[in-house]
Amino acid sequence: MKHRLKASQYAILLTVMLTASVGDTLLSRGMAQVGAVDLHHLGLLFRALANPYILSGIVLLIGFFASYMTALSWADLTFVMPATAFGYVVVALLSRFWLHEHLSVYRWAGILLIVCAVGFVAGGPSRTEHPTDADLDVMDCGAGR
Amino acid sequence: MLGSETSLRAWSCILGVAALAIAGECLIAAAMRGLGDLDHLRTGPGIRGYLGPVRAVLSSPIFVAGALCMALNFFALLFTLSIVDLSLAAPATASLTYIGNAAAAKLFLREDVDRRRWLAVLFVAVGVVLLAH
Repeated sequence: MKHRLKASQYAILLTVMLTASVGDTLLSRGMAQVGAVDLHHLGLLFRALANPYILSGIVLLIGFFASYMTALSWADLTFVMPATAFGYVVVALLSRFWLHEHLSVYRWAGILLIVCAVGFVAGGPSRTEHPTDADLDVMDCGAGR
Repeated sequence: MLGSETSLRAWSCILGVAALAIAGECLIAAAMRGLGDLDHLRTGPGIRGYLGPVRAVLSSPIFVAGALCMALNFFALLFTLSIVDLSLAAPATASLTYIGNAAAAKLFLREDVDRRRWLAVLFVAVGVVLLAH
């Protein structure tokens, strides 16, 4: 069974890819400003909520969860999974070209593998299902007529 | 001897974290598949129209069970990070979760995980490990 994706559904997958990685990066940057939190200073967590990076990160992660669940409502888990993994690639590329960090050969190889994985899955159907026993019974009945 | 015991404990924690993530993601995927395309559940135009999908998702017991597993996964990961280095725990749990999700999707969600998807899962799992290098 083949299902073609609409432009809006591709936009949802793009949102899944970008929001998780950018959200995590914002949280990381915000927590670096807030400082280390330990059991004796849990109040810092509430102060962290006033940090604009943390707030933006939380909003993006809520957006990630909403778009991830929306994608799962019309696509297979094994179709959406590589899209979420693409977030790792976005983080690595952001760190290379925005933060000017050095990427080792291993990391470039990792990026290449994940990009290939997304390409493999994107070329196939978004939703598949094995025929259930009930479906097979219906098909048998149809063949008998 | 102590080293192997610590290693066994570390890998048990990593497997536990991955198992909770797999259970959570599969339950959430099953719940969302059961609800169908969320666009069809919208009750009207504008932001109020999204109340229908939100209500439908939150009232699904399978979704609630999945969300509970994801919450447990979060705390299990925090516990694991207290005994295992992040450089091992993060790629190991992510890779095992991707592979386990593919197997669980085939077994429980009856997805057609063909050779192309298995290859993609394998590439993602190895790619995540390489990125953490």
